[in-house]
Amino acid sequence: MKFGVVIFPGSNCDMDSFYVIKEVLKEEVEYIWHQDTDLEGFDCIILPGGFSYGDYLRCGAIARFSPVMSAVRDFASKGGLVIGICNGFQILLEAGMLPGAMLRNTSLRFICKFVNVRVENDQTPWTNHAHKGMVLRIPIAHNEGNYTADEETIRRLEGEGRVILRYCDEKGEVTPESNPNGAMQNIAGICNREFNVFGLMPHPERSSEDILGSTDGKVIWDSVVEYLNQKA
Amino acid sequence: MEENSEQVRYAVYITPKRGVLDPQGQAALQALKALGYGEVDDVRIGKYIILSLKGDGAKEERVREMCEKLLANPIIEDYEVSME
Repeated sequence: MKFGVVIFPGSNCDMDSFYVIKEVLKEEVEYIWHQDTDLEGFDCIILPGGFSYGDYLRCGAIARFSPVMSAVRDFASKGGLVIGICNGFQILLEAGMLPGAMLRNTSLRFICKFVNVRVENDQTPWTNHAHKGMVLRIPIAHNEGNYTADEETIRRLEGEGRVILRYCDEKGEVTPESNPNGAMQNIAGICNREFNVFGLMPHPERSSEDILGSTDGKVIWDSVVEYLNQKA
Repeated sequence: MEENSEQVRYAVYITPKRGVLDPQGQAALQALKALGYGEVDDVRIGKYIILSLKGDGAKEERVREMCEKLLANPIIEDYEVSME
């Protein structure tokens, strides 16, 4: 199986993602420049965190028009796995590949800390190694993670089991206090209807090794590997 | 730019949609109240974009298209266009 990590101008979690795939998972991985349009041979595309195009205009608003993004869209429409982490999630929202939008954190602060998120659906390519209700300790690092969408969209996401991760306390209770950024329904991660596109604000690539203080993010990578192995 | 090419300027105002939380506006509202401006009911903070267009391509319809595609995010923002 082969992973691809897209590099936009301003991406800064590209090397972390690459490192985890190569050194922790021991799987094949390549960088993909934002001008490239050939995704032949890849099984999973990672849109990494960072500040693509300096977050100018709106986070992800310029990156979504990068040449690589039309290829990513085609790739996803054929069932390919696409994960957008933090800025990658914002890009997927701007591209319309996931519904909703991001507002500034209610605190108006850039928040960089470990948070707890609860797995809400364990029947996805991204969470099949986790179980429903499992609490993961994974760091966030963002200024715009305040997820918003209209009522109908929220209803649909909830009804279709597409809210994958929700901010919670260490016991797994979803409370206003455990919501770091004001996101509606404490939403930290969602999928498209087909579940092959996943956007999340927490950084699993920063929590896949003991030395970084948590290995809880690894369950997401292990799930992807499991899913792709089953498919092969 | 050619010397006698005509230019048209459009102003684009982008504001948070009604009903969409505006954390910046809320913070400014609280600050104004703290300063004693109790008459302020609401603050909404947006963007003001000035577009200079070549005269022959300067169609408001095109500017609206630019707003829909890139300048505004219709999910969370409203926009207004006016010729300057």
